[in-house]
Amino acid sequence: MSTSVEPRGWAKAALHVNGWFVYMFFYAPIVLLVIYSFSNSRNVGTWGGFTLDWYRDFFDSSNARGALSNSVKIAIFSTIISVALGTMAALSLERFTFRGKKVFDALLYLPIIIPDVTMAVMMLLFFGEFFDVLDALFGLGLRKGFWSISISHIAFNISFVSVVVRARLAGMDTDLEEAAIDLYASRWKAFRYVTFPQIVPGIAGGALLAMTLSLDDVVITQFVAGPGWTTLPVYVFGLIRKGVTPLINAVSVTMLVVSMLLVVLSIVAQRVRRSG
Amino acid sequence: MKTVVKTDTETATATPEFEKAALRQESRRGLFLALPAYLYLIFFFVISLFIVFIYSFATRNRFGGTDLSGWNLDSYARISEPIVRDVLFRSVWLAFITTVICLVIAYPFAYFLSTRRVAVRNVMLVFVMIPFWTNFLVRNFAWRVILGNDGPLTNATEFVGLGSAELLFTQTAVVLGLVYGYLPFMILPLYAAIERIDRRLLEASRDLYGTGLQSFRHVLFPLSMPGVIAGSILVFVPSLGAYVTPEILGGAKTTLLGSYIVTQFLTARNWPFGAALSFVLMLVMLVTTIVYFRKGGRTL
Repeated sequence: MSTSVEPRGWAKAALHVNGWFVYMFFYAPIVLLVIYSFSNSRNVGTWGGFTLDWYRDFFDSSNARGALSNSVKIAIFSTIISVALGTMAALSLERFTFRGKKVFDALLYLPIIIPDVTMAVMMLLFFGEFFDVLDALFGLGLRKGFWSISISHIAFNISFVSVVVRARLAGMDTDLEEAAIDLYASRWKAFRYVTFPQIVPGIAGGALLAMTLSLDDVVITQFVAGPGWTTLPVYVFGLIRKGVTPLINAVSVTMLVVSMLLVVLSIVAQRVRRSG
Repeated sequence: MKTVVKTDTETATATPEFEKAALRQESRRGLFLALPAYLYLIFFFVISLFIVFIYSFATRNRFGGTDLSGWNLDSYARISEPIVRDVLFRSVWLAFITTVICLVIAYPFAYFLSTRRVAVRNVMLVFVMIPFWTNFLVRNFAWRVILGNDGPLTNATEFVGLGSAELLFTQTAVVLGLVYGYLPFMILPLYAAIERIDRRLLEASRDLYGTGLQSFRHVLFPLSMPGVIAGSILVFVPSLGAYVTPEILGGAKTTLLGSYIVTQFLTARNWPFGAALSFVLMLVMLVTTIVYFRKGGRTL
């Protein structure tokens, strides 16, 4: 490794300081939030001795528990569907050529780059126009709430899952798949016994990511949730706007821990490819 | 032709036919796999975007509903009203400031990352990724706690003797929240771009007696341009449409485009106007992204 272009002297020091600053900036607020969630004070940013009262309040509040269970249901359902659709999309783009492929590829990027607010508006108007139509056509009895929120979450999660799975497929040798085909395996058998086991880490990573995003979403959910239906982030957002209480600290920290856990698992899952 | 042909020509004519059929079958399979997601996206993105487009030409009736008959451009005309213009300018300005601050912090950081050993680098990257995907609402709320009355920041500034820092509900707080939220969006593409640069080019520029600054200006920075542009788009676009951050950290005087659009739908009940604004926002996003891809950008 050459060191002739490595910064020296004050430049090197400045780079190090900036590096530490970035990590401080990322993590100090999170650490402070966790600390204050244990503070026995009515004021959210003041330390008043250690207590677990706020966490107890959170788990005692039936509203919060209801919102939490809604969030979990929606996250699980939307993740399953978006993993199936996203993986299929990734396979089609990485292993096949077909008409309209380029358009499909571009379309998949749309949910990733579209601003949240615009997507929320799109979904609101879409359900406003189509829920009755769908109801009349299929008699699904769709109501705003679980279905509208799940459908919206699937819409943005398909893209994220497909990006992660595609990365896995792109970094994979096709030799084994070709060998399987040469040995008269059907396309399906080649997938089932050769490709699939290899992309499991990608699928797991994508699934955890989808779950995280579903559990985090505020804006879109707020727009499409019907009356009486709320998810945990929307519930918290409402609380924050009414006035900040230490209860929110406790709920936030819980959400933060779950979200970080899923992210770390997702990163670990995606990294499996390097060792295996 | 019915004449007898030699066997090898026969196989030669048969093969393309066979291959074509195989290709067609492959193509069908690919489309079949893509179809569910394809339809889903067309349904929920193309059609719903079209509905937003149609709504933007409609009229709000007296009851806060929307009349779809009698199309007009009134909603778009309202964009030139002073109040709306203020919101737009403020949003663009704050999004711009946010992008610049992110760039200034992220560039040296991304370069620093690229000079670390691979093992160290991977660990460092993971610690950038974690906040990247962690709950955005909660991360903004953390700043509400820090900046609040009698919060840690005020206590710290008072302790040092700077008086109480009253940042909450100001534009500064909003920018702070946006930078905090979107900094990883700048770091990751910048790192990807800088890491790809051939170190020998930098060495060559130093060998030719270029100063550190000259090597940066004429070699490193131009070569890292794709990352700079990708990161800037990824920070600028969501900042422009930000809703959660200004709601939590901003005040009444810092209404931004995102919140303004939401107000049109949930409070003012002027859906056509809200639709027009979100369509404009969408257009800004699409145009910047397309320009970026046209210029040869690849990392998003």
